[in-house]
Amino acid sequence: MTALDTFLFVAFPYVAVITFVVGVIYRWKWKGFTVTSLSSQFLEGKMLFWGTIPFHIGILVVFLGHLVAFMLPQATLAWNSQPLRLIILEGTAFVFGLTVLIGLAALMYRRFTNARIRAVTTPMDIGIEMLLLAQVILGCWIALGYRWGSSWFAADLSPYLWSLVKFSPEAGAVFALPWVIKLHIVGAFALVFMVPFTRLAHVIVAPFNYLVRPYQQVIWNWDRKAIRDPSTAWSAARPKAN
Amino acid sequence: MDVRSQISMVFHLDKCIGCHTCSVACKNIWTDRKGAEYMWWNNVETKPGTGYPGKWEDQDIYKGGWEKDGDGIRLKGAGKPKSLTNIFHNPHMPVIDDYYEPFTFKYLDLIESSAGDDQPTARPISMITGEPMDIKMGPNWDDDLSGSPDYARNDPNFKNLTDAEQEAMFELERMAFFYLPRICNHCLNPACVASCPSGAIYKRGEDGVVLINQDVCRGWRMCVTACPYKKTYYNWNTGKSEKCILCYPRIEAGLAPACMHSCVGRIRYLGVMLYDADQIEAVASADEADVVQRQMDMILDPFDPEVIAAAKTNGVADSTIDSAQNSPTYKFVKIWNMALPLHPEFRTLPMLFYVPPLLPVVATVSEADHSERGGELHDIAKHWPDSWLYDTTTKELFGTIDDSRFPLEYMASLFSAGDTVAVADRLKKLMAVRLHRRLVTVGDVAKETVDAALADTNLTPLLADDIYYLTSLAKFDDRFVIPAAHREQAIEMIEFTGDVKGNTGFGFKVGSATRGA
Ligand code: HEM
Ligand code: SF4
Ligand code: SF4
Repeated sequence: MTALDTFLFVAFPYVAVITFVVGVIYRWKWKGFTVTSLSSQFLEGKMLFWGTIPFHIGILVVFLGHLVAFMLPQATLAWNSQPLRLIILEGTAFVFGLTVLIGLAALMYRRFTNARIRAVTTPMDIGIEMLLLAQVILGCWIALGYRWGSSWFAADLSPYLWSLVKFSPEAGAVFALPWVIKLHIVGAFALVFMVPFTRLAHVIVAPFNYLVRPYQQVIWNWDRKAIRDPSTAWSAARPKAN
Repeated sequence: MDVRSQISMVFHLDKCIGCHTCSVACKNIWTDRKGAEYMWWNNVETKPGTGYPGKWEDQDIYKGGWEKDGDGIRLKGAGKPKSLTNIFHNPHMPVIDDYYEPFTFKYLDLIESSAGDDQPTARPISMITGEPMDIKMGPNWDDDLSGSPDYARNDPNFKNLTDAEQEAMFELERMAFFYLPRICNHCLNPACVASCPSGAIYKRGEDGVVLINQDVCRGWRMCVTACPYKKTYYNWNTGKSEKCILCYPRIEAGLAPACMHSCVGRIRYLGVMLYDADQIEAVASADEADVVQRQMDMILDPFDPEVIAAAKTNGVADSTIDSAQNSPTYKFVKIWNMALPLHPEFRTLPMLFYVPPLLPVVATVSEADHSERGGELHDIAKHWPDSWLYDTTTKELFGTIDDSRFPLEYMASLFSAGDTVAVADRLKKLMAVRLHRRLVTVGDVAKETVDAALADTNLTPLLADDIYYLTSLAKFDDRFVIPAAHREQAIEMIEFTGDVKGNTGFGFKVGSATRGA
């Protein structure tokens, strides 16, 4: 089992993250036409609302929660040192986990039952939503069955993840975990691995730049001023907006 | 003064015969693809009618365009921060049923069905699902259906008309309609550009064409909401939005866009106008009553030496300035003041202008006895010996504009944000030119009437002849004045020729090592 464990918890995370980084950059830079949210609201809007809103809000909160426990394990443990605060944290996390589950279930129901949505569904869409579904179910199961996740995540998994970041992997603590949790960890890296190849690529292009750019954009083929400036005659730079 | 050049358009609605040739020409070139079948970058609507997508003009439904916000303006249904909070689900997004579900027919059934008692039929099938479907809508479903309860009577432009006025419009004897061909207006203050969270939509500096970069669009669909003319479309197959590109590959090569080239009624004109980009924000934020006039004012006189000098410092090519001076659109819009933008109250500063139609208004309904007038008419004129329902005698015509079959409020709702005087001015000009030409060719109008009409509209017989020429006789090169400069610069719109500038002349497309490019 250790060979498999080593592969899954030491090698695979690196494979996943490298694939993610290289794949995402490649797709964003050279296959820009394929990077899109692939929205299906145009074909069906009402049912989508009840799926996509709980799903996205839930998943972003849950993702942020994992991120905090990973980045700030000491703060998380300190917060959890009082039972009431622990219960609040775990309760909230579980509610958002359920929100994701409900939203995803609605999304998948819609994908399978609506003829128009079926027409724009690829096998890869189904695959990735199955993977997400498994991941969310495992997550909720862990929240109920292996208490208290936020504490042992901060105590055991955060050091494991940091050891990966520091290129001195210490996965011993993970090898000893129950299989449910192991599956959840593998699922997480599988999702990371899949981002460049699936519709999940939309996650990396969330348009925050919109907040800081001017409303109107004018793009010139030539920088009108630079092209008339003798000092830049040999080096006319391609102008950006405005 | 920041002088820029804009390819602008004029559609002369009196001449549109509603043949849809323009739409088909566009469809054949650009949108005959999966995911784009339902898109009609050029479409032709019957007015009064609800149009495509249904009731697109009603921004209470679609939340398109800009609205006033204190001294400034804001996007009605998109923009920061709305675009981000609505990003997972856009509550103001039209769906395919607002347009129509694209369909084809199972033609093979006609020849491949096995023998039976009944004739085989070609059933309609959805081009999305491939399943049989009932056709409920099409892109020009309300063609010629003036007066129909579902279409004409739901026209959003009736909101300022009383019920009695509407009923009067739809009396069988008075019923009228006209066609409204629409493409993207390539606006100066485009709502689509402003709404795009990815920054994929931009206006080209050189000619003002508004484009969506397909590599950068991420399918957030805010532009579909924001364009009040519903001229950006979401491709449900590629997950990207698309819009009219004004046939820029043709324009760059000096050709007219396909819709304009093919226009059967020759209603379309295309030419350059110079404008002052510094004024865009102020004009777009002006009081509703002033928007039209201020938009006209920001269009600059291409003969003014100051404007020419400012244009040159801004890098506007001489050939572009030359085109601006010969521009048919500049004549219609600025010199003759005969054209108006569609729905200026949306504040996008559209650069497609319409000469409002006179045709539905000319005839009045009366039971006049014209028999005694027969002798006045020229030999070639049609003689009506009896009483005739429609009074088309020229004596009456000029006075009827304010009291026409189409209430001026209706036209004003379309073309001037409710300003009936602006519409009446344009219609009177059209009428004056007609009267003048009637005098020249038929001679059955009193010269005093014609003179009065011309004087009233600030026209001279010479000017009226110019208008007549550009309206009725204009050749291809009169209707489309496209700056030649784009021809030799066209390569630069696609490739960055500066990469090899100063290089070797060997035709390599790579930078040299020293420049590190
Ligand atoms: C970062 C912020 C995110 C934004 C702005 C975003 C935006 C969107 C949008 C606009 C859609 C299309 C909805 C439609 O059909 O109209 C979508 C779909 C989807 N998103 Fe996201 N998303 C984000 C994060 C995520 C994350 C973190 C995940 C999961 C790991 C995710 C998974 C999905 C899935 C599976 C769909 C397809 C839903 C379906 O139609 O069945 N998204 N997203
Ligand atoms: S008409 Fe619509 S799509 Fe065209 S430039 Fe104006 S806002 Fe954009
Ligand atoms: S081709 Fe010309 S005349 Fe025919 S519908 Fe189009 S705009 Fe009107």
